[in-house]
Amino acid sequence: MNAVRLGLARGGIELQHMFTYLPDLFQTLFIPLIQIVVLFLMRGHHVPGTTFSLGSLTLPSGIGMGFVLGGTLGVTGLLTVDREDGTLLRAKATPDGMTAYVIGQITRTSATNLFGLVVTLVLGLIAFPGVSLTAGGIVTLAWVALLGLLATIPLGITLGSLLPNPRFIPLVLLPLSGLTAISGIFYPITHLPGWLQTVGQVFPMYWLGLGMRAALLPAHLAAVEIDGSWRLPLVFLVLAAWSVLGLAAAPPVLRRMARRESGSRVAERRERAMLRAT
Amino acid sequence: MSDVAAEVRDLRMRYGTTDVLNGIDFEIRTGEVVALLGPNGAGKTTTIEILEGFRARSAGQVTVLGTDPGRGGEQWRARLGVVLQSWRDHAKWRVRELLNHLGTYYARYSTAEIPRPWDTAELIDLVGLTAQADRRIGNLSGGQRRRLDVAIGIVGRPELLFLDEPTAGFDPMARREFHELVHRLTDLEQATVLLTTHDLAEAEKLADRVLILAGGRIVADGSPEELALRMSAQAEVRWTLDGHRFVHPTDEATAFTRKLFAQHGPAVEDLEVRRPNLEDTYMALVKEHEQ
Repeated sequence: MNAVRLGLARGGIELQHMFTYLPDLFQTLFIPLIQIVVLFLMRGHHVPGTTFSLGSLTLPSGIGMGFVLGGTLGVTGLLTVDREDGTLLRAKATPDGMTAYVIGQITRTSATNLFGLVVTLVLGLIAFPGVSLTAGGIVTLAWVALLGLLATIPLGITLGSLLPNPRFIPLVLLPLSGLTAISGIFYPITHLPGWLQTVGQVFPMYWLGLGMRAALLPAHLAAVEIDGSWRLPLVFLVLAAWSVLGLAAAPPVLRRMARRESGSRVAERRERAMLRAT
Repeated sequence: MSDVAAEVRDLRMRYGTTDVLNGIDFEIRTGEVVALLGPNGAGKTTTIEILEGFRARSAGQVTVLGTDPGRGGEQWRARLGVVLQSWRDHAKWRVRELLNHLGTYYARYSTAEIPRPWDTAELIDLVGLTAQADRRIGNLSGGQRRRLDVAIGIVGRPELLFLDEPTAGFDPMARREFHELVHRLTDLEQATVLLTTHDLAEAEKLADRVLILAGGRIVADGSPEELALRMSAQAEVRWTLDGHRFVHPTDEATAFTRKLFAQHGPAVEDLEVRRPNLEDTYMALVKEHEQ
C-alpha cells in the first residue's frame, strides 16, 4: 500500500513537470490538436452512404487511437529511455522503488491519456455538431476509457521491458501504424477486404474506436458499422481479454527485465550511446 | 548491530566458460571503509554488484547485513546505500524535490537507532548543493551531479554504502571535494563503506583496509600501511651533495640519514625519504599475478 502511495506521488510530480515544462506540454497536446485540425478540414466530407460529416465520425475513433498510442507506444518509450539512463536502476536501488516506479508510470500515462481525451472531447463538442454526449454516452465513455487504459498500458509495459533500448521503438511504431490503417480509425472498417477486417478486429484499437463512437455519436450511425451495431458487449469482452492478457504478461516480463539491471549494464549502455553521439 | 557488515566465503562467478571470480573470501566489519582494488576485468564491479544484490552469483556464501543479497527484500534494501554513476536520469526534477521524494521511501524503515530518511536540507548542505537546491538536475555540472548521486545514495542513512569507482572522470578539484565528503560521512556517521577504485592514492586516503583483486582472487588484504610495507620494506633516501644527486635504498632510513649527516653535516641538501607506498605493492602483486 505504501508503494502505491509513493507511486502516485511520483506520477503526480512527473505530471506537474509535464504541465509546467512547455516543450513537454506541447508534445502531449500535439497529437490531439493536429487531429482536431485535420478532422476540422475533413468536416465537408461525408460518411459514405450518409450525410454525416466524416470529421465527426473520425473524432471519437481518434480518441480510441490516442489511447492505444499513449498506452503502448508511450509507455514503451518511457520504459526503454528510463532503463537506458539509469532511472530504473535507481528505482531498483530504493526500497519499494520498482513498484512505485511502475505505479508512477501508470498514473502518469493514465492521466495524460485522459487529458488528451478531455481536450479532444471539449474541442469536438464545440466544433463538430455531430459529436454529442448523452447521459448514457458518459457511462459508455467511462468504462471504455477505463478498459482502454487496462488493455493498453500493461501491453506497453510488456513491450517496453522486451525492447533492448529506445532505438528499437520503430519495432512497435511500425506495426501500430499498420494497425491504425486497418482499425477503422480514419475510414469505416467495412470498406476493407474481409480478411483485413478480421485481422483488425483481433486488436484493441478497433474496439476502442468503436466504443468511443458508440459513446459520442448518434445511434443511427451504428448502421455503417459491421453488423449495423455498436456491439458493446463484444467491445467489453475483447478489451477485457486484452487487459487480462496484458496484466498476466507484464509483471513477470518486467521482473525479469528489472532483475537484470545493474550499474555495469547502465554504464555499458552509456558508453555505447556516447560513441553514437560523437 | 552486528560487528560484521558483510561476509564473503568462496565466492565464485562464471560467465559462460570464463571464471571471473575464483573463490574469494573477505569480510567488512561495521564502521570500516574498505577499498577493493584491481586491474580492469579483475572482477571488482562483479563483486560489488553481487553484494548489492544486483547480480546473481555462481557459487559461494555471501551475507550482507545478515541477509543473502540474492534473497534480500525491501526491508534489507532500505539499509543499503548505492551510489550510482548517473547519467541523465530525472533531468527535469529539482535537486530538493528528488531528494525529498526518494527520502519518503525510507520513512517506513526508520528505527529508533537510525531515524530515516536524512533531513533534506541538512543533506543538501552536507554535499554542498544548497545553492543548487532548486535547480533542475539536468542543469547541474558534472561534479554537482556526482555529489547529488552521493546524496541519493545516503538519503536513507544506509548501514552499508557501496561506491563503485566514485571518482572516475573527476578533475583533481572534484576528486578532492569528493574525498572530503567521504571523510565527513565516515567521521560523522561512522558509515561502513565498500568502494572500488583504480586510484591508489584514493584508496590510501580513504580506506581503513585495502583488498587487492587480481585474476579473480584476493591477493592482498590489509591496511594501506601494512600492504605498503609488505612487498618492499625498503625506503628510498635521496639527497644532494656538492651538486650531485644521490639515491639509496635502505631498510633503516632513520639510521642511514643520521649517519649521512654525521659524515657530511650541512653539506647534505634536498633530503627526501620516500617510504614504500601502496602503489609499489600493488604493481608488484599485479605483475606477479600476470606472470
